[in-house]
Amino acid sequence: MAKLSINGQMIDIDVEPDTPLLWAIRENVGLTGTKYGCGIAQCGACTVHMDGVAMRSCGVLVSEAVGRQITTIEGLAINGVLTRVQQAWIDHDVPQCGYCQSGMIMAVAALLKDNPQPSDADIDDAITNICRCGTYQQIREAIHAAANV
Amino acid sequence: MNPMRQLDRRAFVVGAASAGLALGFDVPFGGPTAVRAADGTREVNAWVVIRPDDTVVIRIARSEMGQGTLTGLAQLVAEELECDWSKVTTEYPTPGQSAARKRPWGSFNTGGSIGIRASQQYVRRGGAAARVMLLQAAANEWKVPAVECVAADSVITHAPTGRTVTYGKVAEAAAKLEPPTDVELKDPRDWKIAGRSMKRLDTADKTTGKMIYGIDVRLPGMLSAAIRACPVFGGKLKSFDEAKIAGLKGVGKVMRVGDDAVAVIADTWWRAKTALDALPIVWDEGDNAKVSSASIAGWLEEGLDPAQPAFVGNADGDARGAIAGAARTIEAVYDYPYQNHAALEPLNATALYTPDKCEVWTGTQDGERAFTAVVQASGLPSDKCDVHKVMLGGGFGRRTVPDYVRQAVLIARQMPGTPVKLVWSREEDMTHGRYHPVTQCKLTGAFDADDNLTGLHMRISGQSIAASSTPELLKDGMDPFTFQGVASSGEAFANIGPARLGYTIPHLLIDHSMRNPHVPVGVWRGVNGNQNGIYLECFMDELAHSAGQDPLAFRCKLMANHPKHLAVLDAVAERVGWSSPAPQGVFRGIAQQMGLGSYVAAAAEISVTDTNRIRVHRIVAATDPGTVVNPAQIERQIAGSFVFGLTGLFYGGCTVKDGRIAQTNFDTYNAMRIREMPKVEAIVMPSGGFWGGVGEPTIAVAAPAVLNAYFAATGKRIRSVPLSNLDIVFA
Repeated sequence: MAKLSINGQMIDIDVEPDTPLLWAIRENVGLTGTKYGCGIAQCGACTVHMDGVAMRSCGVLVSEAVGRQITTIEGLAINGVLTRVQQAWIDHDVPQCGYCQSGMIMAVAALLKDNPQPSDADIDDAITNICRCGTYQQIREAIHAAANV
Repeated sequence: MNPMRQLDRRAFVVGAASAGLALGFDVPFGGPTAVRAADGTREVNAWVVIRPDDTVVIRIARSEMGQGTLTGLAQLVAEELECDWSKVTTEYPTPGQSAARKRPWGSFNTGGSIGIRASQQYVRRGGAAARVMLLQAAANEWKVPAVECVAADSVITHAPTGRTVTYGKVAEAAAKLEPPTDVELKDPRDWKIAGRSMKRLDTADKTTGKMIYGIDVRLPGMLSAAIRACPVFGGKLKSFDEAKIAGLKGVGKVMRVGDDAVAVIADTWWRAKTALDALPIVWDEGDNAKVSSASIAGWLEEGLDPAQPAFVGNADGDARGAIAGAARTIEAVYDYPYQNHAALEPLNATALYTPDKCEVWTGTQDGERAFTAVVQASGLPSDKCDVHKVMLGGGFGRRTVPDYVRQAVLIARQMPGTPVKLVWSREEDMTHGRYHPVTQCKLTGAFDADDNLTGLHMRISGQSIAASSTPELLKDGMDPFTFQGVASSGEAFANIGPARLGYTIPHLLIDHSMRNPHVPVGVWRGVNGNQNGIYLECFMDELAHSAGQDPLAFRCKLMANHPKHLAVLDAVAERVGWSSPAPQGVFRGIAQQMGLGSYVAAAAEISVTDTNRIRVHRIVAATDPGTVVNPAQIERQIAGSFVFGLTGLFYGGCTVKDGRIAQTNFDTYNAMRIREMPKVEAIVMPSGGFWGGVGEPTIAVAAPAVLNAYFAATGKRIRSVPLSNLDIVFA
């Protein structure tokens, strides 16, 4: 058993403490917007915020997430109002298949919190998630647009 | 489309018969019989449902996997329907419904960049027929001639009196009418919805985590399955020791799946996967375990000998004689590796089997092929089976093959009444692909004393996709698709469109020594154009330089009879500024090809430091797909195609060791990130009169444009992929 704080709610789940946070979120909590892509913290599809910091949840154990504030893609919009990052994604028609985009948006939201006006080089350093469809050009445009809202 | 809503509904009715979609119509008009959509609304025809609130539901048979086909096909139907675009939503019919209705939606296949172009005519007719029926229904109600009524933005107006009614008010009556026997389609020049950069219809849910992919499907009482197939292709499962994982929390059955795999079932996938990792398994790997990349390469190399028998794909004059009698010849050998599709969503399918019904929920590029797999694996008659398609987390060709669907059904058959979601680990996905075929190529060019190219022999040696995955497409043993991009002028590939060579060379021979190793291969985004683009377009550069000529000018001389090929090449040359010097330290390369029905070309600008660190600054890419349905989405497909093509060039090799694929995850099989992304400038230049694909063709010119620029920068030729094997990296 573990007690996790996810999107502002305390949730009790029946799970081994060494379960990756990704799978606890997807299977035990039932929030499937956080995606499995590689399981070895390479692709970033599983990115969530832990105490406001972008983390690849496949590489975080449930035991390490206890007592932390976890935000998933489902918890990013407040009261149904999309964040400027999500809105920029829509305005720029960023997603293709969309599978990586939850993780991308979470990574970008964390970047803009720390660095409200990132340069292209800042983006290159901070956003290392994989998009196999190749939406990087639209992602970069949308990040700059979100930064300038 | 709202897969979420569809899934919620399905979740409560699984096992029940599908809604009453039973009667057949001819493509595509639908018929007089009352047939209702999933929510109970009567459809106007197979393509169009209009709800009383004027919502327009457009049925889409092809699969959306990021390429935008869902939006593009909806635009084409909406254009002819004359409906209000802001009221459009979409839904997938199921292959089971299609089978029961004599295939009113035609093919579901979504490979070869055919989604829009292969169905454009009948989906437009479907939209037009619905419009005619709606107009007639309004005219009947008003008791006026239908010719006095006009439709625009989902509103019908009786011109003489100015009376109006919306589609939603007459849709029920329209659905009861006889469909028209013929309809006239608009000239694309008159389009208002199609041909424009409409926003995608599926974006919002992809930004909030709400979009449901196959891996997200949840059904009541569902269990999860992790699977491992024999790591050596063709090997068998000998035994496993399930006692070793007995009693692990949440873990249920451990079972054989076919003759080559074992699955562990648990209440969560993580528990199933953890238990599978701990399960002792004994394989019968067979003789294929002796195969390695080196042994394959040796076998392919033998096929480069011109004396070896080969299938002739394109020939003119006497190339062998021209080479023998040439003033000068040059020769080069290239190779191209196995590659995994590595779609970011690992393969998965959810199946529910009972003795009288089998249903599957999955992301597939071909609903009908998946459906056939369900029928075969379940042993049930086809009217007891169905496939519910959900969003694909990437496909790139891999999801045309329903091996994972078959596995899910074989698992579910062993647990009747319990829905089971099978998810492959990334490692399973990496090592059980349908890989890009492996080939080598020897090219020999012949010049006369004035440095005119008189002859070319292009000998391809290696694997055939058709032989591995679609043997019915072989023609007397030959795989015509092998010659994608270098085919003869008369060649039109069955259903994927022409891919003609863009050069006229007096003495030409392009042939294929087919050698099929045991590694299964399949269509990988861009398909055979990828290696042929490197082979021919890099060698064209070699020929030009050996003759002391500019690579563009050298090509142009050979392209006089190929104006559309030439037009896209000229377009990129002009945009990149080929005739003026590149910026200091920047070097350029060009390439062109025709593939999947479209003409494409690219110019790359790169810089190189320390001979092994490449920065791709800028790509200019032109596409002439004949007809354009959504320019903004085409631009995105072009930009994305360079990520796919350059990922293949820099990182893409899968190597074979002891009969299995050595790369198991993104740590050993890398993919481009945003840092490595060049600026891609797309030139979309439809010349009209034909319909070509856009999701794939430009991949084929990505690598050769960059490799030719690398030569310009360094004077060194690279003839082997991936660059990571040569310690050449992104700067």
